[in-house]
Amino acid sequence: MASVMTWPVLSVVTFLPIVGAILIYLSRGDDEAAQGNARWIALWTTLITFAVSLILVMRFDPSNGDFQFVEKAPWLAATINYHMGVDGISLPFVILTTALMPFCILCSWKSVTNRVREYMIAFLFLETLMIGTFSALDLVLFYLFFEGGLIPMFLIIGIWGGPRRVYAAFKFFLYTFLGSVLMLLAIMALYWNAGTTDIPTLMHTAVPRNLQTWAWLAFFASFAVKMPMWPVHTWLPDAHVEAPTAGSVVLAAILLKMGGYGFLRFSLPMFPDASVYFAPMVWTLSVIAIVYTSLVALMQEDIKKLIAYSSVAHMGYVTMGIFAGTTQGVSGAVFQMVSHGIVSGALFLCVGVVYDRLHTREIAAYGGLVNRMPIYAALFMVFTMANVGLPGTSGFVGEFLTLIGTFKVSIPTATFACAGVILSAAYALWLYRKVVFGELTKPALQGIKDITFREGLVLVPLVVLTILFGVYPKPVLDMSAASIQLLVNNYAAATSAVKAAALLQ
Amino acid sequence: MTITTAGYSLLPVLPELTLAVGAMALLMIGAFNGPKVTGLVTTLAVCLLVVVGAAEIMLPAGKHVTFAGSFIVDDYARFLKVLAIIASAVTLILSREFLGDQSRRIFEYAILVLLSTLGMMVLISAGDLIMLYLGLELMSLSLYVVAASNRDNAKSTEAGLKYFVLGALSSGMLLYGASMVYGFTGTVSFAGIAAEARTGNIGLVFGLVFLLAGLCFKVSAVPFHMWTPDVYEGAPTPVTAFFASAPKVAALAVFTRVALTAFPGIVVQWQQVVVFVSLASMVLGSFAAIGQTNIKRLMAYSSIGHMGFALVGLAAGTQEGAQGVLVYIAIYVAMTLGTFAIILTMKRNGQPVETIKDFAGLSRTNPIIAFFFAMFLFSLAGVPPLAGFFGKFYVFMAAIKSGLFVLAVVGVLASVVGAFYYLSIVKLMYFDEPVGKLDSMRVELRTVLAVAGVFNVLFFVYPAPLVNAASFAAKSLF
Repeated sequence: MASVMTWPVLSVVTFLPIVGAILIYLSRGDDEAAQGNARWIALWTTLITFAVSLILVMRFDPSNGDFQFVEKAPWLAATINYHMGVDGISLPFVILTTALMPFCILCSWKSVTNRVREYMIAFLFLETLMIGTFSALDLVLFYLFFEGGLIPMFLIIGIWGGPRRVYAAFKFFLYTFLGSVLMLLAIMALYWNAGTTDIPTLMHTAVPRNLQTWAWLAFFASFAVKMPMWPVHTWLPDAHVEAPTAGSVVLAAILLKMGGYGFLRFSLPMFPDASVYFAPMVWTLSVIAIVYTSLVALMQEDIKKLIAYSSVAHMGYVTMGIFAGTTQGVSGAVFQMVSHGIVSGALFLCVGVVYDRLHTREIAAYGGLVNRMPIYAALFMVFTMANVGLPGTSGFVGEFLTLIGTFKVSIPTATFACAGVILSAAYALWLYRKVVFGELTKPALQGIKDITFREGLVLVPLVVLTILFGVYPKPVLDMSAASIQLLVNNYAAATSAVKAAALLQ
Repeated sequence: MTITTAGYSLLPVLPELTLAVGAMALLMIGAFNGPKVTGLVTTLAVCLLVVVGAAEIMLPAGKHVTFAGSFIVDDYARFLKVLAIIASAVTLILSREFLGDQSRRIFEYAILVLLSTLGMMVLISAGDLIMLYLGLELMSLSLYVVAASNRDNAKSTEAGLKYFVLGALSSGMLLYGASMVYGFTGTVSFAGIAAEARTGNIGLVFGLVFLLAGLCFKVSAVPFHMWTPDVYEGAPTPVTAFFASAPKVAALAVFTRVALTAFPGIVVQWQQVVVFVSLASMVLGSFAAIGQTNIKRLMAYSSIGHMGFALVGLAAGTQEGAQGVLVYIAIYVAMTLGTFAIILTMKRNGQPVETIKDFAGLSRTNPIIAFFFAMFLFSLAGVPPLAGFFGKFYVFMAAIKSGLFVLAVVGVLASVVGAFYYLSIVKLMYFDEPVGKLDSMRVELRTVLAVAGVFNVLFFVYPAPLVNAASFAAKSLF
C-alpha cells in the first residue's frame, strides 16, 4: 500500500481540471486560434483527468468497504480537516464525472462559439467541484464543493443558455441555495454534537434522536432539491431546457446524483432512526414523482423538457431504493444513478445533435428523421430503450433492483412504482415515434444530415456502455458491493436496536 | 520601557499618542502650505497609519490596562485596531483620485480620517463609559465633516447634515443610557458594572437598552438604520467606502465589548435586544436592497444586512460568538473595500456612473474587473468557497451552539433572499449586452482590488491565520 500513497491520486484527479482552466486562462486572445486552443486544452485536460481517475479504479480494493485513497491535511481548525477519500459508493460517481466530461467538451465543440475560453474554464472548474463533492470526507469540505458548483453552473446556464436563461439560472441557483443553507445549519449542529465534521467519524457517532429528526430534514431539504424530488423539482425542467447541451448533460448525469449520493453518505448512516421514521414519506414522494412526472412528461412539447421530467421520475426509483434500506434497493439505486448518468446524458447529447441542426427543441418540428439520419435513429433508439428500462440495457438493471429491494419492505410502494415503468414506456416511445418515425414532410428537415464523426465519437461509447452494463452490470455492482453491504448492515443494526427498544417499552 | 504620567503608564496608548501627534503635525504642514500639499499630506497620513499599526502590533503581548481601567489593550483590541487602521489606510489610498481634482484639494480630509481613526482606536480600547463616549464622539464628529467634504454638492452636504442630526440624537440616547447605567450601578467602568449588574433590575435594563440603541445607530442596525442609505448615496464615494469599513469595525467592536464585558451577568436581557436587531437587520437588508437602482444605496442596504449577520455572533454571547464577529468583520471589510474599489472605477468618459444598469455587460468590456466583482458579490451572498462564506459559517456556528435556532434559520433564509440581488448584478455583468467600456483603472484602485480580490477568492486555501487570530482575540474578552 505504501506505493499507493506516494502521490495523492485523488487530489490530483480533483484539482487537475483547475490546472487546465488556468492554462486556458493564460492562453490569451479571442480569435479563432485561441478558441481552438481553449477547446483542445479542455479536451486534453478532461481526458488526462479521466486517465488518472482510472488509476483509482485499478488500485481500488473492492473487497474493502471502507474509505480508500485517504488524504488528510490540517485546514480550517483542529477539528475541520482537508480529508479526502473514496469508497465503493463514491468511486462510481467520480469515474462517471471524469468519464462524461470529455463528452461534454466534445459536444460543445461546434455549438459554442461565443466566449469559448470562459465556457471551457467554467466547465473545468465545475468538474473539480463535482469530483470534490464525491470525494470529500469532511462535511465542511463537502459543503464547499457542493455549493461551489452553483457558481459555474449559474454562469453556464445564464451565459450560454436559451431564451429564458436568466429565469432558469436564477431559479436553479436560489432553489439549490435555499435547500443547502439549511443543511449548513445541520452540519453545524452535528459539529457541536460530535465535536468534528469528519464524515467517517460522524458515521460511527450516535446522534440523539431529536437532533436526528431535524438534521435529517435539513439534509433532506438540500438533497431533495438537488435530486430533485417532487414537489421541489420544478427548477429542473427550466434549467434543463435553457442550459446549453453540455450543461444539461452535466446537470442530468452528475449534479442530480449529488442528491442521491448525499442520502447514501449522510442520511442513512448518520441518521438511521430518522431515516426509518421518514422512509414512508420518501416512498410516497418517490411514487408521486414516478407516476405524476411521467404523466407530466407525456404532455410535453419540448424534447428537453420531456427528458427532464423523465429524469425526475427515474430519480424517484433512486430515492425509493435508497430508503428501502435493503442491499438490493441500495445497490439498485447506485446502479440506477450510474446508468441514468450515462443514458440521460446521452439523451441530451442526442437532442443536442438535432438542436445544432435545426435550433429548435419542439417535438412538433421534427418527424421522420429516420429517413435522413438512420445512424442517429439507431443510436437514439438504444438510449430511448434504456430510458424505458428495457432488459438488456443498463436502465433495466437499476429499476429492477430498486423494485425488488422495495418489494421486500413496502409492497404498495413497489406496486405503484411498477406502474411508472409502463408510463415511462409510453412517453419515451411516443417521443421516439414523433421525432424519428413517420413521413419526412417538414421542409426544414429535407436537407438534414446524419451525425458527423465527432458526434459519433461522443455517442457510440455511450451506446457501448449502456448495453454493456445492461448485460453485464457486474463491474459497477462489484465495485460498490462491499461498501453498500457495510452501509446496509450498519443501517439494519441501528434500526433493529431502535425496534428492539420500542418493543421493550 | 516605562513611560508614565501622573502615575499612569503611557505605553498602552503609545500608538494613539503617535497618531494624535502625527495628525497635528500633518495639520500644520497642510495649514502652512495650503491645498497644494494635499497629495503629500494624504501620502504621509497613510505612512503614519502604517507606523501606528506596526506600533500596535509591537506592543508587548498580554493585557495592558491604564488610566485606572478606562483604557484596555488586549488581543481583542489589537486585532480590531489593526483592522480599523488597515481600513482607514486603504480608504485614504482609494481617495487619491477624489482629492486629486482641482476643486477638491482639501488636505483636511486626510487629517479628519486620521482623527476619526484615533477615535476608533480609543473606542475599541474603551474600558469605561466615559472613554467609550470620548472615542465615539471623536470618531463621529470627524465623520460628519468628511461626509460633507464635497462642499459644492447639495447631496453631499445634505448627507453630512443628516448624519450629524441623527448622530447627535443617537449620542443623546447613548448618554442617557450611560447615565442610567451609572445611576443604578454607581460606576462607569465596564468591570465595575459587570460586578454590580448581576440581576437585571428595571432601571439598569432601561439604561442598557438606551445604550444599545445608541450603538445600534453606529453599526446601522435596524431600526436605527434610516440614515445609512441617504448618507451612503450622498457622500462622495471614497467617503462611503470609509463609512462602510473602518467605523463599522470600531462600532461593532465596542458593541461586542460592552455587551460581553460590562453585562455578562444579564446576558438574557441584552440577548433579546441583539437577537431582534440582528433578525430585523438581516431581513430588512435583504428585502430592501432588491428594489435599489443605485449601487451605493444597494451597498448601504447590503451593509445593514451584513451588520445583522455579524450581530448573530454577538447574540450567541459566547467566546465562539465573539470569534465569529471578528472573523466576519475582517472578511466584510475586505469584501467592502474591494467592492468600493470597483465602484470607484465605474467611470465613463471621466464621469462617474452609479446606477446598477451601468454594470451591464462588464464581463465583455472589462473581464477582470467583472470577474472580481462577481466573486465579491458571490462572497457577499455567502456562497462557498469564497471568503464571505466563512464569515457566515463562524457566526452561525456560534448561534447554533447557543441554541438560537430560529435566529439561525431566519438568518440563512435572509441570506438566500440577499443572494437574489447580488445575483442580479452578476446577471447584468455576465448575461446582458455591454453599454460601453470603462475608463482605464487607476493603479492604486487596481492594487486594492487585486489584494482584496485575491484574499476573497483564495481565503479558503489557508484560512488558519485569520481564524486563529480571531480566536485569540475573542479569548481575551473572557
